[in-house]
Amino acid sequence: MRTWNRRRVAKIAIPLAAWLIGIVFVIPILYMVLTSLHHPQDAQTYPPSWGAPLTLENYAGLFTSASPITPALINSVITSVLSTLLVLALAIPAAYALAIRPVKKWSDVMFFFLSTKMLPMVAGILPLYLFTTKVINMPDNVIILILIYTAMNLPIAVWMMRSFLVEVPPAIIEAASIDGASTFRILTRIVAPIAMPGVAATSLICFIFAWNEQLYAKVLTSVAAQTGPVYVNTLIQTEHAYLAELAAGATLISLPVLIAGFAAQDKLVQGLSLGAVK
Amino acid sequence: MASVTAPPPTATEPAAGRPPEAYKKWGRESWKLRAPLLPALIFLIVVTQLPFVATLVMSFMSWSAQPDAPERSFAGLDNFKTVFTTPAYRTAVLNTIEMTVVVVGVSAVLALGIAMLLNHAFIGRGLVRTMMIAPFLIVPIAAAVFWGNGILMTGFGLVDGVLGQLGVPGAQDIAFLTDHPKLAIEIELIWQWTPFMMLILLAGLQSQDPEVLEAASIDGCSGWQTFVHMTLPHVRRYLELSIVLGTIFIVQNFDSVLGMTGGLNSTNVPFAVYETFYSAKDYGVASALGVVVVIGSLIIATFALRVVSSLLEEEN
Repeated sequence: MRTWNRRRVAKIAIPLAAWLIGIVFVIPILYMVLTSLHHPQDAQTYPPSWGAPLTLENYAGLFTSASPITPALINSVITSVLSTLLVLALAIPAAYALAIRPVKKWSDVMFFFLSTKMLPMVAGILPLYLFTTKVINMPDNVIILILIYTAMNLPIAVWMMRSFLVEVPPAIIEAASIDGASTFRILTRIVAPIAMPGVAATSLICFIFAWNEQLYAKVLTSVAAQTGPVYVNTLIQTEHAYLAELAAGATLISLPVLIAGFAAQDKLVQGLSLGAVK
Repeated sequence: MASVTAPPPTATEPAAGRPPEAYKKWGRESWKLRAPLLPALIFLIVVTQLPFVATLVMSFMSWSAQPDAPERSFAGLDNFKTVFTTPAYRTAVLNTIEMTVVVVGVSAVLALGIAMLLNHAFIGRGLVRTMMIAPFLIVPIAAAVFWGNGILMTGFGLVDGVLGQLGVPGAQDIAFLTDHPKLAIEIELIWQWTPFMMLILLAGLQSQDPEVLEAASIDGCSGWQTFVHMTLPHVRRYLELSIVLGTIFIVQNFDSVLGMTGGLNSTNVPFAVYETFYSAKDYGVASALGVVVVIGSLIIATFALRVVSSLLEEEN
């Protein structure tokens, strides 16, 4: 009797608790979206004007204002996409050398990669800033950001790619090699199909981290190479109602990450755990 | 950004136990094998290790970029003395520790609870999971500025507004960001990082064999007994992994401080480095602070590497 009651309680309490917590976590985002759809003067009231009319003017304003968001979005796309491609170009061969035909002391190399990720980004920022602005005189340039984001994501990518390539059975490669298949053929016909989901997961994670980065972007860019996250911070104003436009900017730059993350929820877990969780 | 000593190689190393002739072949072929590794290694060393060496050198120099500052010179340990004797820097170190411990601790407990809820089947589980993940998919600086301006802002923020509508007197004047700046940042970080930890823990829970749990239940184990003796040992590694990764990200947090309080009574070490070099233009002290951060991170990293290496061993 007792267990029956308990089961029954659990059957109601668990979904109820889960829904409640889910709603609490999503409220700030829903409120951000609602605020972005209100007129600027309705968005900044005490108490909140819940039922105020909805509008897209804040989003339109982001593109038509005196300093529009468009160049920042373009810079964000360029830096995130190109750094992700560069990461893949460097990480895939490295992972191959660590997984399929492992070099001696491969685990030391793996831990070297990982340890560079564990040390704070901020520790190298000053020399990189001085080098960029004083030595090579390339301030405000996306190329520098692309290189830095590549280095930032490379350790994660090597770890993830290795965890996928390790799953390629060595016996198949050996058999193909004995049958006279070229390295190129082995790579394209055997390794690539097994590694493709890994490439997708790795790209997703590297794209998100590059897209989100703000500290280096803030320090190393000013106008021409400004990225989305830096732009959003400039929407904070004191002279007029700014909250609605700030909410619109915050929503807009988060949209690509939200879409990519929701579309690939399981890959997200794999990526965030460096491939340790499958 | 320096390297730390890797834990001793494990017995799983491929070279171990190889016959001598294989070693010879290994030697001939080794450069062919190593070649694919080199671009990544060289790139990483140039972009992350060399700047750190420069930071180390600069930490021993008296170097300010202020217009009236004296010439660059060797300063010995003066910069480190400044870092350890200036109250503001000591506070930044303590704030970093406090915020990291609070955020990672609370997030881990919350994440485990939520992951256990989501491990049950119920109507709308997929939707709740999606709702739970969403905070992690908001760009950190965007989340921070909206929390600072739209949710916790005095007066027109969501929290003051809702408290006012619930009849709390003087709700309009509650100033979370200035009265409790660290707590405000901690809440925002917990909101953003609990989903991350939850995802890893949920993956761990789902890898648990349901038949074992069923057997425990048939044998009369209580829910608590099952949790302590079966679930907890099973998810321990996942819990460690999420704590380690969470710590790495939270220690480095810069966006929440900048976006929410601008450092007011809540400066952490990354923010202090930024301010010292970017605003105060004291390159020597900023570098010394950077070196201190790295030494602190080495301690975390040594522990972190042990956790990850145990996962790697298990895999092999």
